[in-house]
Amino acid sequence: MANRSEKGAGRSRVATLESADVEFVHVTKAFSDVKAVDDLNLRINDGEFFSLLGPSGCGKTTSLRMLGGFEEPTMGTILLGGQDVTNLPPYRRDVNTVFQSYALFPHLNVFENVAFGLRRSKVEKSEIRRRVGEMLELVDLPHLEKRQSAQLSGGQQQRVALARALVNQPKILLLDEPMSALDAKLRRQMQIELKRIQGQVGITFLYVTHDQEEAMTMSNRIAVMWRGRIEGMGTPKEVYDSPATEFVASFLGASNLLAGSIDSSDASRTVVAIAGGARMVVPSERVPDLGGAREVKVGVRPEKIEIAAGAVEVPANHNSLTGRVRVSSFTGVGNQYIVETTVGVDVTVYAQNIGQQSAPRSGEEVTLTWPVEHTFVVKPMPQAVVLEETEGE
Amino acid sequence: MSTIEQEQMAGASKRRRWTRAILPTYSWLVIAYLVFPIIVMIVYSFNKVVGGMQLVSFTWNGFTTQWYREWSNVPGLTQAFWLSIRLAIVATIISTVLGTLLAIALVRYRPPQFRGKMLFEQTIFLNIAAPEIVMGASLLGLFVTLNIARGFLTLVLAHVMFSVTYVVVTVRARLAGFDRSLEEAAYDLGARPLVTFGRVTLPLIMPGVLAGALMAFALSIDDFITSNFLSGAAAPFPVWVYGATRVGIPPQVFVFGTAIFAVGIAFAIMSIVMSRRHAE
Repeated sequence: MANRSEKGAGRSRVATLESADVEFVHVTKAFSDVKAVDDLNLRINDGEFFSLLGPSGCGKTTSLRMLGGFEEPTMGTILLGGQDVTNLPPYRRDVNTVFQSYALFPHLNVFENVAFGLRRSKVEKSEIRRRVGEMLELVDLPHLEKRQSAQLSGGQQQRVALARALVNQPKILLLDEPMSALDAKLRRQMQIELKRIQGQVGITFLYVTHDQEEAMTMSNRIAVMWRGRIEGMGTPKEVYDSPATEFVASFLGASNLLAGSIDSSDASRTVVAIAGGARMVVPSERVPDLGGAREVKVGVRPEKIEIAAGAVEVPANHNSLTGRVRVSSFTGVGNQYIVETTVGVDVTVYAQNIGQQSAPRSGEEVTLTWPVEHTFVVKPMPQAVVLEETEGE
Repeated sequence: MSTIEQEQMAGASKRRRWTRAILPTYSWLVIAYLVFPIIVMIVYSFNKVVGGMQLVSFTWNGFTTQWYREWSNVPGLTQAFWLSIRLAIVATIISTVLGTLLAIALVRYRPPQFRGKMLFEQTIFLNIAAPEIVMGASLLGLFVTLNIARGFLTLVLAHVMFSVTYVVVTVRARLAGFDRSLEEAAYDLGARPLVTFGRVTLPLIMPGVLAGALMAFALSIDDFITSNFLSGAAAPFPVWVYGATRVGIPPQVFVFGTAIFAVGIAFAIMSIVMSRRHAE
């Protein structure tokens, strides 16, 4: 990504690209009484592939629409390359969007669709020809110029929508769940394509999705949104391995969460007493700011746990639980177990199919162990909130 | 299919054979009823006239194209015809523009930005449902009281009045399925609102606008009731023809009638062909 100005050489906006980044400063958007976006603070770096991830109604699309200029924030400021664009209409922002429905103009052919933005900014005819041609080449559709958009497949429409936005060389490209209409196989292929294209054009991408795998595959950084707020932000690995909140832990991948309270804590280690009696050690840097509260949830990802039949010696620097296998299911690439532990919580374990001799069977007594550094602590969400959210779905 | 079934089918069709012809025959009779006056008009536009006055009679005197050659020989009729055409064109343009904008307002805005929208919708409905005689009579009263001379202007005002609502209804139907994200996409690509309207919205609702315009034109060209009230000295085609019946109808009336019918048919065929091509 560092050499992208080189790749963009010859394009008119190279000079301004250097300062182009996006900043949401205390942005709130309320629709009548409901806060769709609640005090959002976000900074997207130049050239980054950034994803806003969250369930429907979490405010991710509203945030994107505010950046695109389709919604006006109730409060706060949006900066684009250092310039305040909060109240600018969409046609005066250096931002382009790939819409969820693609929104290709049905009365124009592919070429005219892609050329639409260039014609509006009065680019010379020969220049339009060249740039549209280049862009269709980039999205791998050079032979479809004369087609009407209704005659294109879903995947082709998406590529045209992408070309139509990118040809204007915006400071940032907004993508609003662009893959939701594609089937799973095509989606996977487009993820790779999109990442390639972003690398090639070097434009900042803001990608909105509810699909965690999609977000993790493509993004440099992810922000997980829930109820109008950012619940966790960082590289996919950071967000996945050390989720900041219970919501992130359960929305992003699967997590085993054990309720407990902090027993003792020093600079490197924190010990949590689990409700059922066990003790868990967690690296102190994995413990979020609890604001004095002691009630927490200790988490571990199912694939980080090692399962062994019977009672085994727990290695140093490991946490452990014992229990009985309730369900054991073979999924091809691995085995999934649900273990009824002695602390009274069912724990999911995922073991890869690397040719173990004997997989524990259901009913068998097992010991679960996992390294301390794969253990995390999250602030529990209030019970009322959990109920409300499940009903809302 | 088994033999028994076949026999049963044959039996059923034998028993009911004559009753099956009822509805098709009836339909053809209705069609004949609808088309008969038009065919008479077309046929008699080619009829020779014997005797001094050049008036239509229903004795067949032989084929001629004389009236087509002499189509403009009745000065009053020709004037009335061109007046009708001018009137229809002006009324169509005005009502299409006004009606399209009204339809957009109705689809895009609701209270509180558009206060009294319900009342407005009711008015549109009333305008379509109310007998034309009501509008004709009340407008006549109004113009007489205000001492406004009846003529082209009053005709235009009245024709716009009764066609604008039809344009609203047709354009609104087209707008109802309009994907707003297309307009957002245009803004997003740097098109200002007016450019967006001209480049995206209007082309996409054009079929509705054209249909509304055609309807307005048709309503205007054949309007008699309102026009009769408001024409004054300038009588449009239908009013003139009605007036002429007191003396007798010159054969040129059939020529104009046939021409108007032919144009109407041409438009209908064109629209069918276009929608077929669109469907493909």
